[in-house]
Order: sequence, then C-alpha cells, then structure tokens
Amino acid sequence: MSESVTLTINGQKYSAEKGKTVLQVAADNGIKIPTLCHHEEIEPYGACRLCIVEITRGTRNRIVTSCLYPVEEGLVVQTDSPRVVRNRKMLLDLLLARCSENKVIKGLAAEYGIEKPSFREEYREKHDCIVCGLCVRACEQVVGVSAISLVNRGIHKEPKPPYLERAKACIGCGSCFYVCPTNAIQMEDKNGIRRIDRWKVEFKLKKCSKCGIEWAPVAQLEYIRKKWDLPAGFFDICPNCK
Amino acid sequence: MPSKIKSSRDLEKLQQALSKKPDTGKPRISVCNGTACRPYGSNPVVDAFKLEIEKRALDNQLEFKVTGCHGFCERGPIAIIEPGNIFYQKIKVEDVAEIIEKTLKKETIGRLLYKDPGTNLETVKQDDLPFYRNQKRIILGNNTRIDPTSIEDYIAIGGYSALAKALSTMQPEQIIDVVKQSGLRGRGGGGFLTGSKWETCRNAHGDVKYVIVNADEGDPGAYANEGLLTGNPHSVLEGLIIGAFAIGSHQGYIYVRNEYPLALKNVTTAMQQAEKLGLLGKNILGSGFDFSVRVNRGGGAFVCGESTALMASLEGKTGEPRAKYVHTVEKGLWDSPSDLNNVETWANIPQIINNGAAWFSSIGTKGNTGTKIFSLTGKVNNTGLVEIPMGIKLREIIFDIGGGIRGGKKFKAVQTGGPSGGCLPEKLIDLSVDFDELTKAGAMMGSGGMIVMDEDNCMVDVARYFLTFLEEESCGKCVPCREGIKRMRQILNDITEGKGREGDLDLLKELSSHLKDSSLCALGGSAPNPVLTTIKYFSEEYEAHIKQKKCPAGVCKMLIQFSIIDEKCPGCGMCVKVCPSNAITDMGKKKPVVLDQSKCIKCRTCYDICRMGAVKIE
Repeated sequence: MSESVTLTINGQKYSAEKGKTVLQVAADNGIKIPTLCHHEEIEPYGACRLCIVEITRGTRNRIVTSCLYPVEEGLVVQTDSPRVVRNRKMLLDLLLARCSENKVIKGLAAEYGIEKPSFREEYREKHDCIVCGLCVRACEQVVGVSAISLVNRGIHKEPKPPYLERAKACIGCGSCFYVCPTNAIQMEDKNGIRRIDRWKVEFKLKKCSKCGIEWAPVAQLEYIRKKWDLPAGFFDICPNCK
Repeated sequence: MPSKIKSSRDLEKLQQALSKKPDTGKPRISVCNGTACRPYGSNPVVDAFKLEIEKRALDNQLEFKVTGCHGFCERGPIAIIEPGNIFYQKIKVEDVAEIIEKTLKKETIGRLLYKDPGTNLETVKQDDLPFYRNQKRIILGNNTRIDPTSIEDYIAIGGYSALAKALSTMQPEQIIDVVKQSGLRGRGGGGFLTGSKWETCRNAHGDVKYVIVNADEGDPGAYANEGLLTGNPHSVLEGLIIGAFAIGSHQGYIYVRNEYPLALKNVTTAMQQAEKLGLLGKNILGSGFDFSVRVNRGGGAFVCGESTALMASLEGKTGEPRAKYVHTVEKGLWDSPSDLNNVETWANIPQIINNGAAWFSSIGTKGNTGTKIFSLTGKVNNTGLVEIPMGIKLREIIFDIGGGIRGGKKFKAVQTGGPSGGCLPEKLIDLSVDFDELTKAGAMMGSGGMIVMDEDNCMVDVARYFLTFLEEESCGKCVPCREGIKRMRQILNDITEGKGREGDLDLLKELSSHLKDSSLCALGGSAPNPVLTTIKYFSEEYEAHIKQKKCPAGVCKMLIQFSIIDEKCPGCGMCVKVCPSNAITDMGKKKPVVLDQSKCIKCRTCYDICRMGAVKIE
C-alpha cells in the first residue's frame, strides 16, 4: 500500500496518495481546476499556467501550477482564491489578445468575465495555437514518432515539422489533432486522402475490404502492424466489421 | 610538464620547486591578453614582446607572461612590471622595445603611466590606482600573476593546495561545514547558501550525483565569469573537484557559453593538464577519489543560464526550464541529484578551504560574506571588472573605483543584475551592495552586471530595451512570460513613441505582478524588474512621455526635435561633415548652419560633435 498524505483543498481535508499532483487529487475529488495544456496520458508540462492554485506552507503563500505540484502532508491549497482568480484572468486576457478569434479561448475568457482583452486593439493577434506543446508531447510520448517539435524561442516559438518541411516521420494518426485544446490543427479526410496541412502531410486512407469505408491512414496501420508484429492483411477489415 | 602527482606531499614538493624556479628574481612583464584587451590590440603587443625578447635573446634576463584579464579594461592593453608593481596602460606595439629596455634598467616610462583625469597626477603602482586601491581582489587578483594556460604557474602560487588539504585531511561533511560557516552565497544571483545546497545534494538519495559549473553568462554587458574562467580556469576547476568530493559526485560538467571561445579553450586546456598531473581522473592525489569533468558548449540561449534549462540542454534537450517544485539538488540532471554553482562561487572554494571560514566571513558583512565581482560598464570613467567586499556602497563602486561619470555628466541611475535587474536612482547611491539590500530596492545581484547611466539616458527607453531583450530570450514555454513580456514591451514602445495612454502604468504594474506570481521560472518572474524600478524611481519621466509627449532625456526619437541655436553656432561646419543624412547645410564661414527637419534622422551625431553647444534637443 502506498503512503498517503492529508492535505486541505478549499477548506476541506482530503487524503491522497503520495506522488500524485494537486491537480490529480482535485480531479479525484470532483474539484474543477481549468486546464489547457494538460492531458492525463501525457507528462505535465506547466505551460498554460491556467491550473494555478495558491498554496500555504507555514506563513508563506505562493502560486504554483497544480499539474506539477506534488501533494505533501499538511499542504493547504486554494483553487479559487482572489489571487488565483486575478492571475487566471490575466492569463486568459493574454491568451485572448493572442487568439482573439478562437472559440475555445473566447469561451474560457467569457467564463471569467472577460469579453475583450485589456490590451489595445492593434496588439490583438489571430492565432489559434497557444504553444502549449500538447501536439508535440502526444506525438513523442503517446505515438512515439516525434514527427514534430517546438521550434524557436520566445515569441517565435511554435510547433513545426523538422526543417519546416514535410513531417517525414508523421504516420497521420491525428493524435495532434485530437489532443489540441484550441482546435488549432486542421485535419481532413477526403477522397481517400487524409491531410494535415500544418505538418505539410498527406496520407492515403485504407479502405475496409468489407464495408468499404476509409478508416485509417495506411502509414499508421503499417506502423502499428510492424510495431506489434501483426500478420500482413491484419488491417484489411475495419474494427467495425471485425 | 611535471610527471603525475601521486600524493599531497608530492604536490607540496612540486609547488616548492616551482615557486623557487630560477625565473624568480628576474624582472617580469605581465601583459593582459584577456578578451577585452584584444580588441584594443593586445595580440600584436604580445607578439611584439615575444619577438623582441627572442631577437635580443633576453630569455635569461627577463620573464614575460601573457595573462588573462587584469580588470581595468578601459585602459587596455595593460602590462604590470614586477618588481615595482608598475602599471602601464594603453600600450602600443611601438612601446614594446622601450618597455623592455627601461625594465632592464629598472626605469619607468612616464607617458605610459596612469594619469588622473582630474588632477593629471601620475600613478606608478597598480595597487595605488584608485581603480584597484578600493577593491579587494581575492578571486581576480591572481589573474595578473599567472599564465592561464600553465598549470605550473597556478601550482607555483599555491594552486591545488586546497584540494590536497581537502582530500588528505578533511571529511566531506567537514568541508561542507566549512563552506556553510563561511556564509558563501551563490554568486549566480540567487544568493542561496552554497554549503546548505551541497549538504542537501550530499544527503539526497541516489548513487550517481553531478556537479555543474554554470558558465552561461548571458547578461548584456556582464563578463565577470568570462574574465575568471579565461584568466584563472584552474581556480574554478579546483573548487569543482573539492565540491564533488564533498557532495560525493564523480562526474562534473562545465557549461560554457558558446560565445566565450577563449574561456572554452583555456578551461579545456586546464582540464587536460589537471588530468595529466593526476588532479583529475582516477585516484586523485592518491586519495582513492575519482572524478572527471566534461565541457559542454551552450547554444546561444540566454535562458540556459537558468539551472533547469541548463540541465535540459546538457541532456541534449531544448533549453527550457521546468518547475522546481522538486529541487535540482534532489532531482536534476538525468533525474539525479545535481549541484549547480556559478563560476565565481566555485572559484571561492579553494580560498575558503585554504584560509578558513572565519577569514572568509570577516570579509563583507554579516549575511553577505566575501567579495563579489561586478562588470562595471556604461557611462563611467573606469570600466572593467571590479571585485569588492560585499556591503560597500554603490557610490564607492561608481565614484571611487569607477572614477565617476564620463564627460562630467550627471549620474542618473545604475542598473544591476542584468536585464531582469533593476535601475536604482541617485537617492539610493549610498545603498549597501549585497544580495538583500539590492533585492529590497527592487534590483538584484544577478551575476554581477552593473551598468551606469547618466542624464542622457531615458529610463523608459532603458526599460523598453531590457524588455526587448527578454522578449527574444524568453524560452516561450509559459504564457505569462511569452505573452506578458511581449505586451509590456509593446506598451513601453508606444510610450516612447508618444502613444502612451492614461492607464498604461497601471496595466504595466498589473502585468508585472502577474509575471512575478505565475511565471514558470525566474526569467519571467524577474522580467518586470526594469519596468517596476523605473516606474518607482523615475515616474516623472513616464508622466512626461505619456502626458506631455516629451522625452526629458532627449532620447526617444518620435518625441524630440533637433535645431540649431543660431547665436551659438560659429558655422564651423563640423556637424555638416558628420551628418549622415545631409540634413545640415553650410551657409559659409561665421554664418550659422541650417538644419532641414525633413531630412533629419535624429541620430544625435551633430549634438555629440558640437563643442559650442549649438545643437538643441527639444
């Protein structure tokens, strides 16, 4: 049995397994903390900072990201203190100035009462990507191909394929598309072809020999077949027909 | 090269032999060939010395030494003549033969001596110069005595004796105790107690531990680590080996900025020499302790000076910081306990081991012991590397050591701690220079940058400059830093262009507090410092920009206009010659020149060249 600790979240005592993060324990107990760059199958990264909480240790209070902060005995956490809310609002304000037309960001900002950014109109940008790196991390940690990476630094940082050319290692699985919190990645399956323009890739889709639907990129199925050493023709039939 | 040293006793014997070399007693000429002296022409000077000595076969009568940085960069190239401690400045190739001649005759050359800019009085000895007299050079002082590429030189002045002492007479815990008692705090800027950091790392779980030298000095204008690593690499290496022994590490890394080729070269040479002599590698000095070091080059990112980003970079990953909720002394490089210290921190260790904790803590003030090296730059007469006992006043550094402000201008502010440090005004000139006082004032120690500004500097423009730097150098990982600095820089840009608005200062303050609270690492957390300190100490300058659309210092181009004061202009035509945009017309002798506003690019060249004060900036 693993060691457990007792911590206080929003005035309520909880017992938690040592090694878990504050965000995990909050989620386990139904306490909602907003996140953008977090996914439970992917290592926490701490980029969007939306999951910030205020912790008290002794007489010191400080702001930490709950996705990374490990629970500890006697920890006191506030998930919506005035200081947390003030900082979270500024984060959304900054994100809204960057992604002024993105639906997800606009919706989140509105939840916190922000209709338009505090910054001058001429500063506003129309990005959809918030550079949270979820696409890159999913591709590396879940898919295992590392077809894309974050390039440049500072304000120029962005997810890109190597050398800004076609992502040669990409298998077209679409994990990046599914995991993106702001719908910044477009993926389209049309006429037997899957396209992900952001990575400059196109993939032929496999047709189910039974029902005829085009159900996954050939490259992805080949990748899986080889990885798991499956027989040739294993993916000729789609999961629905199997 | 001497053969492998197998014990502390052998080292002692070698040291005695080297310090009694037949060279001792001969006059010695030491020429600085540090990075700052080179652009002043020290390389040809060094070559000329070598050639002259060879030509006249003076090898037996004279010792010639090429050293690292002496510190007084403003006056380079520099030479010190011993005996006599004679200080020659601004040496040219043409002076070389005469220096040799006069040195052999035990005479001095008046024209190469330092003359006080005010009184014109000559000073012969280096130790008597105001620049050096007010310093305490326990770390940098040896730079003038050794050739950094010679391990014999370092051993001759007692080098590696602290290592021998530590390995043969002290237990690791004892070493940690001494470092703790000395009160040494991290010289990279954090100011954390070095001994305590070592202790935590020693006690952390893990068989493999790492020790790291942070030589990724990226602050604009700061080059203290460079001067030390280039000029005395063995002192850093010796400190590192002692630290590794105390912590229980067998592998060290030296992370050097790629832009420091000379430091990289000298430290690599030093490592190879130490290895050959048995001071690195297996069974060091017969103690049974094994330790090896690798040198890694940085990739040009400022943020890699941050410990976790540096470690990520060492691992071959992108140089991005990570949250330090679990400290690097517990889980650092490759998830192993790792102790990272700055170049200067490591160089302090041999001194502390040799001279004791009590000696070290007698320098400086309580809680801020020892010395600190600063790169004194900007509008000050004596620029260079200065080492001061902690706790002296800003005034002493700027006016006594630095010789005051250039061109008789008025002191306005001093910026300490690199781009994310703060700007301190004249009213704080008597502030004590230590970790705590600087932080309290809104600035910080950082890695020891100190930029002096005069009345011609616009503080809004200064804040904008530093934020522009940080905007580019942020790693871009977290939202507050990447997006927040960008917006702050945009607002500052607008203010300097006369587009400042009511409420801008409040928004800047709000963003600042947000960055301090929510950024992932110290880069974002301290980025607001230049903005906050300039707003705090120079609010009237912000007000002038925002409300009156004026730049009182006459810097912000959109807010100023150049004109000629006809009564003062003698029509000498100097400004006409230098104007790059042909905006000024010569109207003939003794007639004032005419400036065409439509052509003026506000470069300030005419203002700077006019000796009559006939160019007005409004």
